[in-house]
Amino acid sequence: MKYLAEYRDPKLARALVERIRRTATRRWTLMEVCGGQTHTIVKQGINDVLSEQVEMIHGPGCPVCVTPLEQIDRALYLATRSDVMFTSFGDMLRVPGSDCDLLRVKAQGGDVRAVYSPLDALELARTHPDKEVVFFAVGFETTAPANAMAVWRARELGVKNFSVLVSHVTVPPAMVAILEAPDSRVQGFLAAGHVCAVMGWTEYEPLAERYRVPIVITGFEPMDILEGIWMAVRQLEEGRHDVENQYVRAVRREGNQAAQDIMERVFHVVDRGWRGIGVIPSSGLGLRPEFAEYDAEEKFSLGFIRADEPAACRAGDVLRGRIKPFECPAFGTLCTPESPLGAPMVSSEGACAAYYNFARMGRDTQRGA
Amino acid sequence: MSSMASGPVCPAPFGQHDRVQLGHGSGGKMSAQLLREHFLPRFGNPWLDRLGDGAVVPVEGAEIAISTDTFVVSPLEFPGGNIGHLAVHGTLNDLAMMGATPRYLSVGFVLEEGLPFDLLDRVLEAMAQATAAAGVTVVTGDTKVVDRGKADGIFVNTTGVGVLHDGFRPDPRGARPGDAVLVSGPLGRHGMAVMAVREGFAFESEIVSDTTDLSPLVASLREELGAQVHALRDATRGGAASTLNEIAAASGVGVELEESAIPVPGAVQAACEMLGLDPLYVANEGVLVAFVAPEAASRAVDLLRGHSAGTGATRVGTVVAEHPGMVVLRTGLGGSRVVDMLPGDQLPRIC
Repeated sequence: MKYLAEYRDPKLARALVERIRRTATRRWTLMEVCGGQTHTIVKQGINDVLSEQVEMIHGPGCPVCVTPLEQIDRALYLATRSDVMFTSFGDMLRVPGSDCDLLRVKAQGGDVRAVYSPLDALELARTHPDKEVVFFAVGFETTAPANAMAVWRARELGVKNFSVLVSHVTVPPAMVAILEAPDSRVQGFLAAGHVCAVMGWTEYEPLAERYRVPIVITGFEPMDILEGIWMAVRQLEEGRHDVENQYVRAVRREGNQAAQDIMERVFHVVDRGWRGIGVIPSSGLGLRPEFAEYDAEEKFSLGFIRADEPAACRAGDVLRGRIKPFECPAFGTLCTPESPLGAPMVSSEGACAAYYNFARMGRDTQRGA
Repeated sequence: MSSMASGPVCPAPFGQHDRVQLGHGSGGKMSAQLLREHFLPRFGNPWLDRLGDGAVVPVEGAEIAISTDTFVVSPLEFPGGNIGHLAVHGTLNDLAMMGATPRYLSVGFVLEEGLPFDLLDRVLEAMAQATAAAGVTVVTGDTKVVDRGKADGIFVNTTGVGVLHDGFRPDPRGARPGDAVLVSGPLGRHGMAVMAVREGFAFESEIVSDTTDLSPLVASLREELGAQVHALRDATRGGAASTLNEIAAASGVGVELEESAIPVPGAVQAACEMLGLDPLYVANEGVLVAFVAPEAASRAVDLLRGHSAGTGATRVGTVVAEHPGMVVLRTGLGGSRVVDMLPGDQLPRIC
């Protein structure tokens, strides 16, 4: 691919690895916020190559992993209704709810469809007027603008049989929750490049200052990640705690104003539960009251569905970097990729699934992955 | 979810399935589970238990190879071919991977009421051309028609019979430490060609299915290298990753791949990036994976490249004694990761 090969050039990457090795005088603990970054780190073996210099803690930025059990159960309930066509991004389909997942509901005759965009779901609503089409609006500030646009368009077009089950979360409150935890080990962050492409980085500046922690806005290609790690390590070695932007080709300080505007018009800030972590105040987005008719929770009165996380699953501790996946008693026994208890075992970039594979390879899992 | 008043409910605990899911047909771990729990306990025998692409069976003192495959694809036509090409090539390739030369084919059709004859004719024409090109004869067949809505246009089953050759029995259990791992061409074209049509994606350059008869490639390997060819398999459902895992597991060896050596066409790579898919798990219909003795590796690559379907042949890795049953990929950075079987279907990622 044009303009992509450069960000994967093994020679350049190895040079950056060497630079990180020369810069680090000790082993630092960094958290990459986003699941997409985790994916690159695991896929490219970056954790493996730099195991002496950095321990990467996989952050809570995987929408698949943090969507609370209760919302999954609500999705499952909707998908079983014969009047509903339930639409979702593909990788939510295998996420376990209390006792089922969307793929199983589909096998039982539920109308469950994977779509690539919420606007495709809106189109399905227009072409299937006999069905209530619900879109599972999950994700961070990255997916929120498009989801907001789908709701906005639905109102413009007067489409009444479309609604969204919202489970949007935002990054900065989660970073605060991690930093405020008494046993937090995170010394620096790689912030999620695409979230910052939308939001800019002004909201990270007070965090870096208050918690004295370097934050490097980082992209997703191997070169991006390596450069982000190098910038964070350099700050730590120099005793600095600034917000720096590695992802200069996509991110400006003020972000994408048009995307922020549509989010602002459709969503407002709400308290939101995170799977394994619990409710974080002001950490989510919900539909504004004027869009209530597009809110699946209102439309289908879903408040009666409540769920408790399985006690055996310590996904919350994993997501906060408190324990390594293999320190969970269920790891590899009760909980495997084929039969996951918690979401980090579902997604290929989930921390537990990644460790599951490393353990199988006979690696020293203590080194960190 | 006892609170559900109506509609389907989901009583099965995780890890157990009380109904067939699409993932059971993905060629990944769920497919293996389906066979292990439902088929093998009832039909198990030394031939079937090997779970090969077909079986070599004794008939009156001689041996023949037999293989069967059923084809369902949506859309029925795609850039580079149609379901007819797949139905012939698929079974010919399965026979070829056992070392057999395909001879006879049976064809069975389930046709949906309302299917246009011109579409049916295009599919049959494709099958006629593909069998003629391969020197294979269709000797028996069957057609059934079902109500509209009970089938997706055309389902086809083909069963093939082939003859074997002395001293040439590639076997999924035959890979040995030191073997070179080869692929006969670039990966991911068939799966992405079909997906591009299905999802209505238009890419700058059209992705064309690689569906083809691989038996001429195998014949060249056989004639010159014979028993130095240890294992062959076409990398269809589940992609090259699943095929490599199957052979690693069957042979009790590890496989190490070099990421930089794996051939993926630019358009396939771009489409996979966009959809969050990994080309190693995308289906091929004209790519074989070969495990050959190290001293035969470069000649084998040359032999494959002598065929139009093998011009992209290349070595992608090596068999090792370590981590038996596992495929490990060495990345451009010098790191490594496990290339596992997928639990079920590959699901596009959010981010």
